[in-house]
Amino acid sequence: MKLLVAVKRVIDFNVKPRVKMDGSGVDLANVKMSMNPFDEIAVEEAIRLKEKGVATEIVAVSIGPAKAQETLRTALAMGADRAILVQTDAEVEPLAVAKILARIADEEKPDIIVLGKQAIDDDNNATGQMLAALLGWPQGTFASKVEAEGGKLKVTREVDGGLETEELNIPAIVTTDLRLNEPRYASLPNIMKAKSKPLATKTPDDLGVDIKRRLETVKVSEPPKRQAGIKVGSVDELVDKLKALGVAK
Amino acid sequence: MSVLVLVEHDGKNVRDPTLPAVTAAAKLGEVHALVAGSNVGPVGDEAAKIAGVSKVLVADAAHLDHELAEEIAPVAAKLMDGYDAFVVPATTTGKNIAPRVAALLDVMQVSDVLSVEGPDTFTRPIYAGNAIATVKSNDSKKVLTVRTTAFDKAARDGGSASVEKVDAGQPAGLSTFVGLEASESERPELTSAGVIVSGGRAFGSSEDFHKLLDPLADKLGAAVGASRAAVDAGYAPNDYQVGQTGKIVAPNVYIAIGISGAIQHLAGMKDSKVIVAINKDEEAPIFQVADIGLVGDLFKIVPELTEKL
Repeated sequence: MKLLVAVKRVIDFNVKPRVKMDGSGVDLANVKMSMNPFDEIAVEEAIRLKEKGVATEIVAVSIGPAKAQETLRTALAMGADRAILVQTDAEVEPLAVAKILARIADEEKPDIIVLGKQAIDDDNNATGQMLAALLGWPQGTFASKVEAEGGKLKVTREVDGGLETEELNIPAIVTTDLRLNEPRYASLPNIMKAKSKPLATKTPDDLGVDIKRRLETVKVSEPPKRQAGIKVGSVDELVDKLKALGVAK
Repeated sequence: MSVLVLVEHDGKNVRDPTLPAVTAAAKLGEVHALVAGSNVGPVGDEAAKIAGVSKVLVADAAHLDHELAEEIAPVAAKLMDGYDAFVVPATTTGKNIAPRVAALLDVMQVSDVLSVEGPDTFTRPIYAGNAIATVKSNDSKKVLTVRTTAFDKAARDGGSASVEKVDAGQPAGLSTFVGLEASESERPELTSAGVIVSGGRAFGSSEDFHKLLDPLADKLGAAVGASRAAVDAGYAPNDYQVGQTGKIVAPNVYIAIGISGAIQHLAGMKDSKVIVAINKDEEAPIFQVADIGLVGDLFKIVPELTEKL
């Protein structure tokens, strides 16, 4: 089986985002960027499927600026076999990302496409589901467990009421949740090796995909700030406060 | 403008997250509700009573059971011929289905809507709620998922909508429901609870997490939540997680115990009316958002608090 993994270069999850003074967006100048954490989990899952003998080849894809090459090199260092960068400096929305990935899927004919369930910058949680719709494939979203069995994919999903299991026909889309796995760190020899793995570059135009935005950002603002309140010195004082709030008798 | 709301249900009853979605939809125009499922006639009748809903569409067929996105999305997308907007609560069910509908309609979804500013303008959180974006949708139809804590619940009664059967389509047959391992709990549901006690990694073990938090929650009639760290460590099941990628909650009182307050956690609870924090580290970021803080050892404080309440 062939796997496609989509990875996005985003603000590092440890960095506190700052809204630009002019309200045009979040300031990303000189900010540490990393692979979206959910996409790291996606890469790791693909590698594990390869290690189990389910998959034979892993192709990592990223859509973004030239620097997204670094993100793809990380995926290659973790264990992906080759990479495709669809290069653009534009901010690409999930619908356009899904269209680009669908065109790549037409060319590469993967059996499973693994994506993070959401990117921690725009928090849309939409690309995987949209890609599944465009391809007419089933979708195992928010996966906490993925097993290939008898030509099907069994996916356990983190849902509001607990854990739901679905069986999907292959080809299928999987989007990853936090507890699917713990991504590995790339070893130094593998980082060196990744430098010589193939990385192809295309553009949205090459693929015939219109990436014009459908959502116009009118402004970006800071959320209302909470003020730190008081500190109490004892449990008794806390109990009094809770009583005053009406939550305790 | 005419709006179609997807009713979330458990096969028998309309689930709560539907109600704020109806409120959000009513800000856009006339609200119709879609109930899709298997043997969901009674759910349709219940949806018809929701205040603000003027018509209920019921798509009833075996293949629509368990709210599988592959089956529900084409039914909803087809019905959207007659509507300007599709509104869905931003629950795991809604987040699974809505983008699939949006892509079928060639529409870019607006996720996690916090407010409706106009017929095509909405606010939504980005970067774990560290920024709020105001976005204008240039698509002819809108697909929205709605943050349920950001809108009041529509009343469950007072409406008298007509109920109409609609075409349930043919099975897509791409996926099969295998089972649901439901978290059994007598306590209130996290997303609708008035009080939440939430625990972090500081509890050190699943045993202590439950031994200390459960009696406190019972005393307060509270739901129990957890930080990502506590869930990752196996102290609490996944559906306890509050945060950017877990549940978004806004109770009257949120009591964070042994939670340091990572931005990803704050994203899920900072709209709570009152935040109480108990932590041994007085520098913990949770105190920067807490209305009431108590610095100290949770292993001493929690039992004492439970006893004195």
